[in-house]
Amino acid sequence: RDFNERCAQCSEVNWGLTDGGRFYCRSCHNVTERTREVINTEFISNTRVQTISRGSRNKEKTDGGCEWYVCEGFQLVLKKQAEALEALGVCPQMKDEILCNFWRLYLQKSKQAYCDRPDGETVKALPVCDSSTDVESEPETPSLLHLLSLSESEGDLQTDSSFVSSTSKVSASTSVCSGSVDGSLYFTKNQKEKLRMTMPMTLSFCYMALLWLREPMTLSDLLRFVVEGHIPYLNVFQHFPEKMKLYGVDLKIFCVESWPVYEEVYDKMLELAAFLDLPRFPDITDSCFLHPDMLCMKYLMEANLPDELHNWTCRVVKKISIGEADFLTLVPGNKSTRKVKYDVLAAAVIIVVLKLLFLLDDHYEWLLSDLAEERNTNNKEGRPYFEFKKWYKVIKCSLDAEQKKLDEERAKYQWRCEKPLFYSADKKSKVLKRRQMVVNLQNQFGKLSGSVRPAEKPNPSSFQLSWSEENTDGNCFHGHSLKGILQEKRGVLAAMNPDYWLCTVELCRERSCDHLAHYREVEFPQSYHFVLRLFSFLLRIQPSTIHDDVCLIEHKLFNKKLCKKPKYNTVIRK
Amino acid sequence: SSHEHKLNFQKSKEACLNYIQDAMLQKQWKRAAEFLTFYIEALEKDFSREYMGPSEIIWRIGSEILWHHSHNGMKEFNSFIEQMKTLAITRYLKVSLEHVFHLLCNGLIDEAYQTLSLAESWRHGEQTSVQDKEMKLIEAYRGLLDYYSWAKQKHILLKHGQDGFEDLSVEQEMHNCFRKAAVNLKEIIKIPGVWDPFVKCYVDLLEFYGDHDEARQVLNEYAYNSKFPANPNAHVYLYQFLKRQGESKKSLISALKILHDSVPSHELMIDFNIMLQKSKKRKKRRLGLEVIFAALDYAGCKENVKAWSCLVKQLKQIVISEKHLDWITQEWNSRRDWWPAFHFSHYLAKRNWQENESLSYEKALVAGILLGKDCKYFKYVSHQGCKAQVKRFRMLKKFVNKHNPVYLRISG
Repeated sequence: RDFNERCAQCSEVNWGLTDGGRFYCRSCHNVTERTREVINTEFISNTRVQTISRGSRNKEKTDGGCEWYVCEGFQLVLKKQAEALEALGVCPQMKDEILCNFWRLYLQKSKQAYCDRPDGETVKALPVCDSSTDVESEPETPSLLHLLSLSESEGDLQTDSSFVSSTSKVSASTSVCSGSVDGSLYFTKNQKEKLRMTMPMTLSFCYMALLWLREPMTLSDLLRFVVEGHIPYLNVFQHFPEKMKLYGVDLKIFCVESWPVYEEVYDKMLELAAFLDLPRFPDITDSCFLHPDMLCMKYLMEANLPDELHNWTCRVVKKISIGEADFLTLVPGNKSTRKVKYDVLAAAVIIVVLKLLFLLDDHYEWLLSDLAEERNTNNKEGRPYFEFKKWYKVIKCSLDAEQKKLDEERAKYQWRCEKPLFYSADKKSKVLKRRQMVVNLQNQFGKLSGSVRPAEKPNPSSFQLSWSEENTDGNCFHGHSLKGILQEKRGVLAAMNPDYWLCTVELCRERSCDHLAHYREVEFPQSYHFVLRLFSFLLRIQPSTIHDDVCLIEHKLFNKKLCKKPKYNTVIRK
Repeated sequence: SSHEHKLNFQKSKEACLNYIQDAMLQKQWKRAAEFLTFYIEALEKDFSREYMGPSEIIWRIGSEILWHHSHNGMKEFNSFIEQMKTLAITRYLKVSLEHVFHLLCNGLIDEAYQTLSLAESWRHGEQTSVQDKEMKLIEAYRGLLDYYSWAKQKHILLKHGQDGFEDLSVEQEMHNCFRKAAVNLKEIIKIPGVWDPFVKCYVDLLEFYGDHDEARQVLNEYAYNSKFPANPNAHVYLYQFLKRQGESKKSLISALKILHDSVPSHELMIDFNIMLQKSKKRKKRRLGLEVIFAALDYAGCKENVKAWSCLVKQLKQIVISEKHLDWITQEWNSRRDWWPAFHFSHYLAKRNWQENESLSYEKALVAGILLGKDCKYFKYVSHQGCKAQVKRFRMLKKFVNKHNPVYLRISG
């Protein structure tokens, strides 16, 4: 969209992006030499930018702090997060270009920088990311922020904050309510249309950038790394420079007291992409990590299921066309297409395949397992036949142990940061005293329990459960064969199971309901609940989210059959 | 948004508390201490007005853990408690009081006394009514410890007296303690409540210094003032006092009557029965029978030889005189369908004979009268007794056989 030149060959303006980041004409497939980076800097210089060089920052406040704006704080947060992602192996382009540019675009759209303010008010721009092109070197006269005059302020603020629109210097109107200049403005109702920045949204930004670059990291991976501490999130503000003092309302903005929820981050990401008017994201093709075929492979390995199941997942993906680039690729703002959660989708595909092969009605799968066991006694091939029962035992054991560990870790989680925070200066001594007492008590009881405070984080790893074929205890099912549960039919191996039960007969309408379907454990077979639980643990999300996608896939798979026969029961023949 | 499953600070701490609770219930102190370490940071967010906030939780749980599992013993415990006292200033008195209990349990009387004195002099702003009560308790316990010192001095004095020494300073000290103790003890027992140890000590003091009237009044108040919760011990103390004072049987009996109504199984019921049996009044003797039967209804007296012998005495007296047999019938009516299994089973016959011959003797007589000579208890025991050639068993057999017609009349 940004690129408005006419195509050399066909004179159309209809550009898309190749995998290599080059623009190509959709009408005639002419590939240009122009790459995205070039475009981005161009478009930025198209807008009027007002910048300030660092030197003219206003005099420091009495407590040694300087003035800073909330969005500067968030910029620092994003920077830290990008650095951490780079350390995890994400390509540097993400930090140096993509995230940077998304952020600048956001600032522009939300009128916090890089734009003219209405009524001639101008905003200070920010020191931008280090490695980008030198936008800040343009000299401009310093401009001041004129605070908006407010008739009411939110009840959140402790003291009466009646900001008056004035031409006076910013420092004079900074109230004690926050260390940042505009912290107290943050909770006013005006901000609603501008998509106010929040801590969870920083993760939305990160994920959006990862998705643009099609990095091999799903949203669930990202959030897991956050919780495990590999990506700064909780208490990230303690890395702000000394001069940026945080207190009052800033705490409400930057201090998190809860872990980000997958759905929240994802929905915000969509909102953000639409807000920024981004074009269609780079295509997700079948060589991408995020493609269901790839992710299924990964999750099959992690779930210790036979590799042969991958053939089946690919078949399902193909049959319902969810492997198409058009289905998978994000087109922001397009309300008609359903947005894809790649990790959830892949998990759901696997579950559907399991249902196809094993039925999972708490009855058939065990019968089938016994049959496979029988066949195994005469099995002359090198590989054993897959037995559901054995797999279930192994996985249940591991899953229960891991879940228990996770639950204990969650109970032991330490939320406070090294640097104590004060809501206001007069509370400082009280807070410090408390902090001292907390430290003393922790030492005392820590000694009693003999435990060493865990200082090391677990190494970041893409796989949480790993199974090795070299293990002699036979716990690895990757190489097992499905022949034990399949039968020959017209020269093709087909599932023995002729039945299937639908999770739901009808999908909820998106407009009236948040979900496609509703999941309640008691209404479904235990085996189904078990596999949901397994993937729910791996992805760290609620089972209902996966259940939604399972329903969606089933709907796509069987809809035609259902429509043909108006009368049906929940168990259908394939 | 309705993400109730979202893990936040509060949920995380709640989960932590659950783990602590589980560990404590299973007495896994190390594990409890471990999780408590992770809970402690909740103090920094203690803005709550909840019923029990983090600071109180940490005080209570921490005390419990340190009490059961500590490397440095009382030293560590004390330093922890001192921190807790400063943590929540409104709770200072309560924490001090519980600290005192812990010290007393460890025999650290002097330290307990110091802590109490310190707490007594503590003032902070307006005293709430709760703190008022806590202060009264603190003063009362100090009074108790003063009594304890008094008792020690008294003991020394008596000992010296025996050895022929005179010790004015000890005597002086003793009287000092008395004065201090008396003031505080008197105060606390004015408030309706259960103050057994305080009452006992106070009465002891009063008796020593000869103020029997005051003592009597205190005990009467304690036992009969309806504002005070019903307390059988109050009547026991009163009875013991009256006995010491040599009061008339009449007042002793009236004191014990209430005890019989509230705790029929009390061991004093045996004394009660003895007194009643001897009475000239028929009503009293009748009551005596009721009292002793009631006492034996309970498992506590099952193997009490004295109780049985009291019953035997009265039954014998009635049987021989053949007067008031209906009394026996009346008492036996409500018991005839369960006493045989409760007291007179074949198993018990064997056991009683093996373990306690006197017990079996008394019981056998009762069984013989109430159940006749053919009941299994009597048959077994008397047979064993005669076999062993113990004289009184032969007498027993004769007696029961002689009075068998009485049994027939009782059993109706």
